[in-house]
Amino acid sequence: MSGKEKTMADTRQLCTFLIDDMLFGVDVMNVQEVIRYQEMTAVPLASATVRGLINLRGQIVTAIDMRARLGIEPRDASLLPMNVVATTSDGVVSLLVDQIGDVLEVDERTFERAPETLSATFRELVPGVFKLEGKLLLLLDAEKVAALGTSAGRPKLRAA
Amino acid sequence: MSVDDELMREFLLESNDNLNQLDRDFVALEKDPAATELLGGIFRCIHTIKGTSGFLDLGKLEALTHCGETLLSRLRDGELSLDATMTSALLAMVDAVRRILASVEADGTEGSDDHSALIENLSRLSAASAASAASAASAPAALAPAPAPAPAPAPVVVSVVASAPAPATSPIAKVVPEPAAPAEEIVTATKGPAISDTTIRVDVGLLDRVMNLVGELVLARNQIIQFGTTLKDASFVNASQRLNLLTTELQEGVMKTRMQPIGNVWNKFPRVVRDLSHACGKQVDLELDGTETELDRTIIEAIKDPLTHAVRNAVDHGLETPAKRLAAGKPEVGRLHLRAYHEGGQVNIEVSDDGAGLNIERIRTRAVDRGLVSADHAARMSEREITHLIFLPGFSTAEAVTNVSGRGVGMDVVKTNIEKIGGTVDISTRPGNGTTLKLKIPLTLAIIPALIVTSRSERFAIPQVNLLELVRLEGEQAKKSIERLHGTTLYRLRGNLLPLVFLDRALELDEAATASDVLNIVVLQADDRQFGLVVDGISDTEEIVVKPLGKELKGISAFAGATIMGDGRVALILDVLGIAQRANVVSASRERALTNKSGSAKDEGEARETLLLFRIGKEGRMAIPLSMVARLEEVARADVEQAAGKDVVQYRGAILPLVDLGREIAGEPSCTDADLPLQVIVYSEQGRSVGFVVEQILDIVEQPVTVRHRAPRPGVLGAAVLQGKVTDLLDVHGVIRRNDPSFFGRENAA
Repeated sequence: MSGKEKTMADTRQLCTFLIDDMLFGVDVMNVQEVIRYQEMTAVPLASATVRGLINLRGQIVTAIDMRARLGIEPRDASLLPMNVVATTSDGVVSLLVDQIGDVLEVDERTFERAPETLSATFRELVPGVFKLEGKLLLLLDAEKVAALGTSAGRPKLRAA
Repeated sequence: MSVDDELMREFLLESNDNLNQLDRDFVALEKDPAATELLGGIFRCIHTIKGTSGFLDLGKLEALTHCGETLLSRLRDGELSLDATMTSALLAMVDAVRRILASVEADGTEGSDDHSALIENLSRLSAASAASAASAASAPAALAPAPAPAPAPAPVVVSVVASAPAPATSPIAKVVPEPAAPAEEIVTATKGPAISDTTIRVDVGLLDRVMNLVGELVLARNQIIQFGTTLKDASFVNASQRLNLLTTELQEGVMKTRMQPIGNVWNKFPRVVRDLSHACGKQVDLELDGTETELDRTIIEAIKDPLTHAVRNAVDHGLETPAKRLAAGKPEVGRLHLRAYHEGGQVNIEVSDDGAGLNIERIRTRAVDRGLVSADHAARMSEREITHLIFLPGFSTAEAVTNVSGRGVGMDVVKTNIEKIGGTVDISTRPGNGTTLKLKIPLTLAIIPALIVTSRSERFAIPQVNLLELVRLEGEQAKKSIERLHGTTLYRLRGNLLPLVFLDRALELDEAATASDVLNIVVLQADDRQFGLVVDGISDTEEIVVKPLGKELKGISAFAGATIMGDGRVALILDVLGIAQRANVVSASRERALTNKSGSAKDEGEARETLLLFRIGKEGRMAIPLSMVARLEEVARADVEQAAGKDVVQYRGAILPLVDLGREIAGEPSCTDADLPLQVIVYSEQGRSVGFVVEQILDIVEQPVTVRHRAPRPGVLGAAVLQGKVTDLLDVHGVIRRNDPSFFGRENAA
C-alpha cells in the first residue's frame, strides 16, 4: 500500500507533443484540451510569436507559435499545427505544435535540470528534461510560454 | 412623483427583506442573548427603517420604530438584557411594521390600525427595565444588567421578569398574543401579487453568465443565418428566421434584466441639492427630466460618483447667491436641470444650471497661476479650449475652498471616470446664463454596434460611437481631393482639412496593395479631433459582443478587444483613440481643432476661398490663402541661425529663410516669449521656400471673400471681412520680394 503511494507521488502525467522532432511535455493538469488546426485571425503589431486568435467556443484564445517562441525555424507551410490549449494563471492560451503525442506517465527520478549548454530561450521555457528510454522529454513551463512581455516582438506579421 | 414612487418601492423591497432577516435574528437572539453583533444588526435595521420612514413622511411607522429603536439601543448598550417579554414586544413591533408596509404598498396609506398600545408597551419596557436595572445594580451580581455574563437564556428571563415591577407585566400579556393573527392576515389580505412576490434578487454574477451565454447564442444565430443563405431549403429558412427573432427577443430581455433607470442614481439628488444649497446660502430648484431612462447597471454604478460631483459643482460653483441673482435681474431661485435621454444608441445626460456661467478670463488666469499652461499659450487658446481646462487635474475656480468643492478634485475626476466607461464629457457655457455639462454614455458595455471594415482582406470592427460619417471617393475625385503636405495626407471635407490615416500602414499590414481607384474614408472622432481612416472596404454594421484580449496582447493600444463574427472567425476591434495616437493625429498641431467653427454654407454661389487666419503683433489679424500654405511649423528659437544678416533655419535638409511678419508689417517682433517655439507658415514655390513667422495661428475659414481696397500698406494687399472682423490679406509676393529680391528673379532667369 505504502509502496503504491510512493509511486503515485513520484510520477507525473505529461501531455506530450512534437516540435521540430523534439518531444515536449506539459503537465496534463495544465492542458484544457487538444484541438485540430483552426483558422486564425492575425493580430497586427503583435509579437511574431503570436500567430493569431482562435475562437474556442466563444472564448477568444491567443495562439502562440511554439516554433517562433523557441526560436526554431518556421514549420513547413504544408504542415498544419495542432492546438494544445493550456491554462495559465492569466487565462487560456493555445500552443501551436507540430504533432500530438501520448499522455505519458514519467518518473520524477528521471528528471534532470536543463543543461546550461541549452540556448537561453530554451532554458527560460524548459525547466528540465525527463530521461526516457531512448529519448529525452523536455518539460515545458506553460506559464513562461504565455508570458510574452519580455520577448521583444517583431512588428511585421504575415496574414494568416 | 415618480422619483418618490421609485424611492418608496425600493424602501418597501428593502424593508421586506430586512424584516424577514429580523425574524430570524430575533429567534437566534432568544437562543443566545449574549450575541451582541446580532443585536447590533437588528438595531441598525430598525434604525434604517425609522430614518427612511421619516424621510418618506410615514409618521406612524416612524413613531413605532422609534420606540423599538430606543429599547434596542438600551439592549445593545448593555443597559438591559433581553427577555421573552421584550422579544415578544419587539416581534410584535416587527409585525406591526410589516402590516404598515403592506398597507402602504396596497393603497399608499399607513392603514387605520392603532399602534399606541404597542408603543406604550415598548416605551414602558425600556423605561421600566431601566429602573429595574438601576435597582438591580445594587442587588447581587447575578442580576447585573451586563449582556455578556448570562450563562443560559432561562435564568436571565426568570430573574428580570421577577425583578420587573408588577404592573408592567399585565399590558404585555395583553399585547403579546395580538401579532400572531394579523401576521397571517397580511398574507391573505393583500390583493394581487405584492412587490416582494414579483421581484427576486439575482446574483449579478449569474446575470453576467447568462448575458455571456446569450452573447454566444447571438453569434451562433448569426452563423446559422449565414449558412441559411447558401441553402435553398424553405423550411430551414423558416426555422432560422424564428431562431433569429427569438434570439433577438431573448437578447433584449436579458439586457433588460441588467438595466436600471437612471432615477436610481438621481433620487438622492434632491436631498444632496437641498443640503448643499442650505450650506451655501443659495436657493435651488432642482428639475429632473427622463428619470426613467435606462442604463446598464454597471454603468449606473460607474456614473454615480461623477454625476454627484457634477451636481455639487453646479450648486456650489455654478449658481449664484440670491442677492447676486437679483442684482443680475434673474429670479432669486436658481434652476438646476438634470436631463437624460437616449440618442443614437447612447444616453445623454445634461446637468445645466442658469448660473453665472464660466468666467473664461478667470479660468485663463487661474490655469496660468497654477502652472497648467504658460501665459502665452493661454493667451492663444480659444474659448472652447479654455473651458476645457477645467477638466485638468488640480483645477478649481472657486474663490475659497469650501467643504463642498474647490479642493481641486472634481471635474478631472468626472472626465476620467466617464471616459473610462467609453463616454465623453463636454461643457458649454454662456456668460451670465449658465453652464451645461453634457455626458454621453454608452448604454451597455457588453454588446456594441460596430462598423465592419476590411483592410488587406482582414476584418476589423470600429465601434459606432466613434463613427461620424463615411466618404467614398472614386476615380479622378479620389486623386483630386487628396492633398499631401510633407508626408501627411489630407482630405478637404466640406472645406475643412481632415487628416487621413491609412489603416494598412497604421497596422503595418502586408504591403500587397491592391491597385484601386476607390478610396473609402471612415470619418472618426477621437478625443475632440476628427480624422479619416482609409480602409479597403466597408461591409456593414453589426451588433458585436466585446471580448477582452489576452494579457499577452493588452499592450497593443490599437485594439480595444476582439469579437467573433458570424462565420465564427475572430475579428479585432479597433481602438480609435489608440490608432489616432499611433498616427499622431491626436497630438497633431492644434490648428485643426479650430477648423470646425466656421465655414457654414451661408453665401452659396459666391466665389469661396479657404483662408488661413493668423495674428501678428498684438492686434493685427491677417489671412493668407490656404492654397499658398505648404505647411505649418513650430520652430524652436534655439534652432534659428543667422545667414547674411537674415534669420534662417535648417528645414528638411535645406535652408529656410524666415521673415518675421510682425516686424515686417506691424512693426513689432512676433513670438517674443523666449520659451515658446516660433509659429511659422511655410510658403513654397517651385522648390524654394520661405517661412513667415507670426504671433499665432488662429483658424481656417472658408467663405466668400470681397476684398476692399484701402490705401495698401506694404505687405498688405487689402482688407476683407472674415468671421465678422476686418482682416488684412497678406501680399505674399510683395513681402518676399522686399526681403529677397532674387527669390522670384532667379527663377525667371533659370
